[in-house]
Amino acid sequence: MEIIVCLKQVVDPELPARDFAIDPATRRQVREGRPLVISTYDENALEVALQLKDRVGGKVTALTLGPQGVAGDAIRLALAMGADEAVAVDDPHGVGLLGVEKARVLTAAIRRIGRFDLVLCGCESADWVERVVGPLLAEALAAACVTFVSRIEQTNGGLLVRRMADEGFHQLEVRLPAVLSVTSDETNRPRLPKVKDIMTARRKPVQVWPMADLSGTPADGDAPGVEVRDVALPERTARCEFLPGDAAAQVAALTQRLRDLKLL
Amino acid sequence: MTGICIIAGALDGKLSRSSLELIGGARMLQGPLGQEVAAVLLGHGPGLAEAAADLHRHGVGRVYRCDHPLLTAGQTDAVLVAGEQVVRRTGPEVVLIAADTVGRELAPRLAYRLRAALATECVELGVEDGAIVVRRQVYGGRALATLVVRTRPAVLSVKPHALDVPQPAPVAGTVEDVSVAIDAGALPTRVREVLREQAELGLEDAQIVIGGGRGLGGPEGFALLAELAKQLGGAVGASRPPTDAGWVPVNWQIGQTGKTIRPALYIAVGISGATQHIAGVTGSRTIVAINRDPEAPIFSSAHLGIVGDYREVVPALIAKVKELKGA
Repeated sequence: MEIIVCLKQVVDPELPARDFAIDPATRRQVREGRPLVISTYDENALEVALQLKDRVGGKVTALTLGPQGVAGDAIRLALAMGADEAVAVDDPHGVGLLGVEKARVLTAAIRRIGRFDLVLCGCESADWVERVVGPLLAEALAAACVTFVSRIEQTNGGLLVRRMADEGFHQLEVRLPAVLSVTSDETNRPRLPKVKDIMTARRKPVQVWPMADLSGTPADGDAPGVEVRDVALPERTARCEFLPGDAAAQVAALTQRLRDLKLL
Repeated sequence: MTGICIIAGALDGKLSRSSLELIGGARMLQGPLGQEVAAVLLGHGPGLAEAAADLHRHGVGRVYRCDHPLLTAGQTDAVLVAGEQVVRRTGPEVVLIAADTVGRELAPRLAYRLRAALATECVELGVEDGAIVVRRQVYGGRALATLVVRTRPAVLSVKPHALDVPQPAPVAGTVEDVSVAIDAGALPTRVREVLREQAELGLEDAQIVIGGGRGLGGPEGFALLAELAKQLGGAVGASRPPTDAGWVPVNWQIGQTGKTIRPALYIAVGISGATQHIAGVTGSRTIVAINRDPEAPIFSSAHLGIVGDYREVVPALIAKVKELKGA
């Protein structure tokens, strides 16, 4: 099976609040000096792809967007985890903030990669959380679409997938080609590459495509219908009051406070 | 192109709560835009009559009813085909969709097909100087993005539980049956089975919620939380690590990916306070955090903090609550 996994690099979402900042001019998160990681669920997507390849064979291609140099770490990690090839779309100016804009570039890159049975991405990015890239790719590529998938099995002529749903889970039969967005569960925790894998990854092919060479990118299309006016940090209202003493004293103080608030 | 249209799902046979929440969103746009609110009601079976009446009760006058055997739980492909046909026929300026299991697939796909402006997971909708302005949480709830919707039509999805179900405001309404053509053989996905996993009863509606995290060390800790929840009359949930580890079912998860809760009291036990989790609990009126690490980020979101071992604190709390209730 030919699988393409879309990976986004983001500033580590668990960075302490004091290191979190938005540049008001670009409305983007300040990245300088902050560690970059692969966005949480994208790693799960890669893990699901690798497990599927281990079972049924095939090839896994990692795809990422970003200025050259920045994309390198995500690509290296993906190859060390077991991806066979990697493609980085080099965009010196950074693609727009919105998923609509990113999906257009990813679509153009996937078309250039050519053959695929399955495209996987994370169910949401750690930064903008729009949850739109998978469904938009599916539409643009005329592929089946399921989001929040945690498990994938190959069946005769298609896939059987498990989707996280409001009331539990759905089992769905899915035709190929398909674009699935992946959520985490106990079966798809990202593997840690071994030293040997990291060495091997250095010899795997990485293609860097200048964004200007891709057709169908945002420069060619309509501007997105929504505009980001600002990104604001809400005023912190909570001030934590620590309850002193040993467990008995803490619990006594807590229950008293809860009674005052009519919660007990 | 006029009007505000909500996509009202009754895929389980009755109108979903998140569909009612959309009415609240539609009303925020209706006044300033001076537009009618209509609903496209999608589902199958006798429950649709009651669902239409429920929409009328909440002030939606015009209901386009689509009754089709493929419009059942989780069938996004069928919902998309039906929704697209009705929306093209009725031509609304704004389409509102609940970002639930089906809606989060539906909204971007419908927007793509309609070449519509798209904003998802909105927590606020409004009109400022004649323009539709929406707000959504970004960076795990650390920031709030304001988006201006510039083009029409627009497809906006609303995060479930972000808006309140509006008070009833009955109107004498109409129901127009709309037939849609859905070719079952052409749908690329099919729901084979709906597995209802035992969710903690009414996690999203509970007034008191106890959440457990990685710090509980294993599934056993959740038994203690269940006892505390029982004494307080609350529900138990979890952050992502316990659900990823399989200690508790995935649908116990509270946070950006899981459920959004807005209880009167949230007690976070052994939860470090990853932004992913915090995004789902910021609407809680009072947050109490119990954690061994005084530096844990959860304390910066909490109102009351207890630094200590939950194995000592929680049993003491259970005993104290029992004692107070007995008194």
